[in-house]
Amino acid sequence: MRLLTHNMLSSNIKGVANGFPLRIEVEKVVEKKVDLNADFLRNIFPKIEWKAFAEAARTLGYAELPEDADSSFLDSDDFLDKFHHALLELHLEEGALICPETGRRFPVNKGIPNMLLHEDEV
Amino acid sequence: MSFRTAQIRLVSSHREVYEPCDDSFALVDALLSDRNNLIEHHPTLCMEVGSGSGYIITSLALMLGQEASGVHYIATDINPHAVRVTRETLEAHGVHSELITTDIASGLEKRLAGLVDVMVVNPPYVPTPEDEVGREGIASAWAGGENGRIVIDKILPIADNLLSDKGWLYVVTLTANNPSEICLQMRQKGYAARIVVQRSTEEESLHVIKFWRDFDTQVDLKEMAATNKTVPARVMESLVSQFPLSAFWRSGPQ
Repeated sequence: MRLLTHNMLSSNIKGVANGFPLRIEVEKVVEKKVDLNADFLRNIFPKIEWKAFAEAARTLGYAELPEDADSSFLDSDDFLDKFHHALLELHLEEGALICPETGRRFPVNKGIPNMLLHEDEV
Repeated sequence: MSFRTAQIRLVSSHREVYEPCDDSFALVDALLSDRNNLIEHHPTLCMEVGSGSGYIITSLALMLGQEASGVHYIATDINPHAVRVTRETLEAHGVHSELITTDIASGLEKRLAGLVDVMVVNPPYVPTPEDEVGREGIASAWAGGENGRIVIDKILPIADNLLSDKGWLYVVTLTANNPSEICLQMRQKGYAARIVVQRSTEEESLHVIKFWRDFDTQVDLKEMAATNKTVPARVMESLVSQFPLSAFWRSGPQ
């Protein structure tokens, strides 16, 4: 699971008002190199909740992202490289996502988060 | 053919996962026939709901390219076996999609709203008794309840929420699903529709329908609201003209 996906996921348990961001429990992180596409990064940047993203990257052991970022940062190649790496190359391979409100644990196995709910949570 | 789709010999399998079949091939053929439009569309996020064997999302990724082309893929399935098989199929073809085990797009509705540029769905569309819907395992790949519409009718409003302003939706339907009525429902949400592929086998008649948000439709809807009329005649005509007459006859239990 990439951090882009983490940034798009919220706790889906019935009655949870503040299900974002999910906390990350790390067992195993893997890195997979992919080619950088600056247009993709510029398109997706405004959709990213930056604080949650930078925090998630730190949890995965990558502390190179600035605390805050605005669109003027996208002119910097150095920023794009770091943004690209954290967004697309870091994968949570094993671990869990934790609902910030209830503490409910959504397991991540082989890079796949399982967001299926029990009957009493729907 | 110079471009590729997923190769059957590389598609992974599991006894609880639906294998690529006529409906999967019809959807991939529809995407292939629309490939030039899709490339010019410059999608940033593409999504498949119910990825099963992974044949379709893998084919889409092979057709449109990966990160270097600026395209990102997300696929979901309610069946954990299916998500794992999708992963194996993607890996066997050297492409990547993000994967989530979830019911349709549960957990993504808030943050992914309005971001999906292309969504593809081969839904469970087979008419079955209602209590077969939502069962675990392979039944989730086909059991569609009354008229095969239970899951389709759950997916459409979610798709409407997730699609971007320029979003396109490709859905496989069966004649028994009453596709003309599905188009009409989508009209009321402001979508135009076109049949991309139509295919009849001995057992079923399949349509792959493409939906997109349409400015003219939204004008029509405003007219409807203003004049308190039902569906404008020209909208109905354009819909009716696309379907063979048989599509309007409810097919009985087969």
